[in-house]
Amino acid sequence: MFLLLVLIPLILVLLLNINLYKAGQKTAVFAAGLFSLFQMFFVFSPKFLSTSFADMLSLKFECDGISWIMLFTISIISFASICVLYASETLSSRKKFNFANLILLSMAGMNGLVFVRDIFSIYVFIEIIAATSYVLIALDKTKKSLEASFKYLVLSSVATVMMLSAIAVLFMAAGSTEFVKVAEMYKQYGTNPLIIAATIFFIAGLFIKGGVMPFHGWLPDAYGAAPNPTSVFLAGIVTKTTGIYTLIRLYAIFDFSYSVQMVFLVFGALSVIVGAFGAINQNNFKRMLAYSSISQVGYIVLAFGSGTIMGVFAGMLHLFNHSVFKALLFVNASAIDSELKTNEIDKMAGLSSQMPVTSTTSIIAFLSTAGIPPLAGFWSKLLIIIALWFSGNREFAVVAILASVLTITYFLIMQKKVFFGKLKEKFYTIKEAPFAIRFASLFLCAITVLTGLFFPLILNFMGFLFSF
Amino acid sequence: MENLYIHIFLLFLVVITSVFAVSHFRIIRGAILLGGVSFFVSIILFMLKAPMAAMFELSVCAGLITVIFISVISITNPPYIDQRKQNRISMWKKIVALLSIILVCGVCIYIIDEKNIAFIPVMKNASAAAMTTKDSIWNMRHVDLIGQALILLTGIFAVVVLFKKGKDEK
Amino acid sequence: MNAESLILFKLYIMVTPLLFIIGLFSIMTTRNIVAIIIGIEIMTKGVTLLFATSGYFSSKPEITQNFIIVMIIVEVVILTIAAGLIINIAKKYDSLSTKNIRNLKG
Repeated sequence: MFLLLVLIPLILVLLLNINLYKAGQKTAVFAAGLFSLFQMFFVFSPKFLSTSFADMLSLKFECDGISWIMLFTISIISFASICVLYASETLSSRKKFNFANLILLSMAGMNGLVFVRDIFSIYVFIEIIAATSYVLIALDKTKKSLEASFKYLVLSSVATVMMLSAIAVLFMAAGSTEFVKVAEMYKQYGTNPLIIAATIFFIAGLFIKGGVMPFHGWLPDAYGAAPNPTSVFLAGIVTKTTGIYTLIRLYAIFDFSYSVQMVFLVFGALSVIVGAFGAINQNNFKRMLAYSSISQVGYIVLAFGSGTIMGVFAGMLHLFNHSVFKALLFVNASAIDSELKTNEIDKMAGLSSQMPVTSTTSIIAFLSTAGIPPLAGFWSKLLIIIALWFSGNREFAVVAILASVLTITYFLIMQKKVFFGKLKEKFYTIKEAPFAIRFASLFLCAITVLTGLFFPLILNFMGFLFSF
Repeated sequence: MENLYIHIFLLFLVVITSVFAVSHFRIIRGAILLGGVSFFVSIILFMLKAPMAAMFELSVCAGLITVIFISVISITNPPYIDQRKQNRISMWKKIVALLSIILVCGVCIYIIDEKNIAFIPVMKNASAAAMTTKDSIWNMRHVDLIGQALILLTGIFAVVVLFKKGKDEK
Repeated sequence: MNAESLILFKLYIMVTPLLFIIGLFSIMTTRNIVAIIIGIEIMTKGVTLLFATSGYFSSKPEITQNFIIVMIIVEVVILTIAAGLIINIAKKYDSLSTKNIRNLKG
């Protein structure tokens, strides 16, 4: 039953490529879009909702609350990315066909990743996601995107080697690679120096893949130089899944030990601060959004570092919110890019009169990032700060609040520069973005606003799902 | 003790070949030495009771990967020897690398002095009746098969995307 | 585990980080992008040795053989992608040196 979500994209890709009938690019894009919509509604079926959060370490292929949130997020972001792909004018028809196939393969990999309960299979699916990302970034073969993809490949391969060495040592100690057996092994051998070294390697590898300090070097290049639909896809879901979701699974295995908590707290706080400072004086719109991503991922790692169930829940909620509003911001960036053909902030000014939909949704996304009530970002940040405060790490809660002020600062600067102000001469004739991009940004904006307004209902629903 | 000497000798060969493979001057020699590293690693795998992995490693890594490297190097014109001389690496990075190697060797020598056998984490109750043949293993790991199919499809798409000249290229 | 296999184990645990360091050294200090990929391959050989070691010393070599085979297949695909990227980079930039491939800052 759960296997369907992994097998259907595989079968779709195979069908699209047997040349029984001429599958043009429209067929491929529609197939990918329909599959993501199907997944969005399929996760609400009763079979999925009947599992509980407490089974964090169950066997084989099962779905619990965390997997459910990831599946829902994956489907939303993929749908937004496919909308941007549909309306993109710089990619040729052949490239759109390849793009849709690669997105289907990547979704199959991510769906598989959130289901498995076995550390070696995690490696296999992470590699699938990474391989499709390398090709997706380099798809339009410009100079910058090839270089960015190559840098990402090198750093991601180093991270993979570190993860694999940790898996080898853990396998030797535990005799099997399932989560349950590795968790039992931790109770017995938790303080062995070799096992501690393996744990450090694993977490370092995952930090590289997730873009947490101090290994965030590849992130601004990869987000900034990728083609537009890839940026939406990559920023929205790929880094979160391979980095953060795997961290929470490992966290459950390592039994919430104290030293791992300290590592998460320290590096999360560093990420928040460095990301916030890095975003302030950036000239390129997409690179500024990439530094903001580093900052928000730092918030999620801080939430996990608090060590309580509430911290984990707040972290997952912030992951969902961040995926949605970051994807919304990247969709708007691609709208601006497709109309103005530029990404430099200095050249943009006063766009709100010509592109009303883009500027309104951008304002809502910025406010949600900064944590202004009643939007979704406010609730998740509040829960993170509460979780940090009540678990005794008060200084980190203070850091989180101060960094939130920094976030508001740079976003207000950005907002004023890009959307308000006087319109430049040469921009008098630009129109609003194409219909598909407008639809995607309105859809994501609606999700942000609804999540924020109806938050108590969502809390009840999540509580039922997580059964706390 | 015979076994130990053979292992030491093979590992020494692996390390020496890999050092030569990275400190190359002409990069084609680096690729061929990488094939040599694969060959020695495959012999070690055979001695560590992993015969099928050794065969696979020999045929794929020492064969296919070396061919891929040499074809890449031939297609992209490598710089001439004078240009290579200009690309010398700086002293700082060499010093950092040397220090890290000395650090790792120091840690290893410290570990070697450890006489405690319980230091190594190994499963205490190893069940010997678990699996005998490799075929029964693949009955356990269906998920990996799906993963492999997905990654092979990705490889096919990568070749299609990256290697074909599009119609709108210069 | 007797003393002799203990020495063997320590030997392998010593050589694998050495291979990592050699590969990492190659990645950090070379100016040629093909050499970077050679460094990644050497690191992967180190991990292959580590898997074989862990299989041998926990007396379950069959499972690690499967792991090694899966790992080699994945590695070949990643290498194909890297080769494609290198060929395209060489076409666009006309050189294989990282001094010239610095279009993006950071």
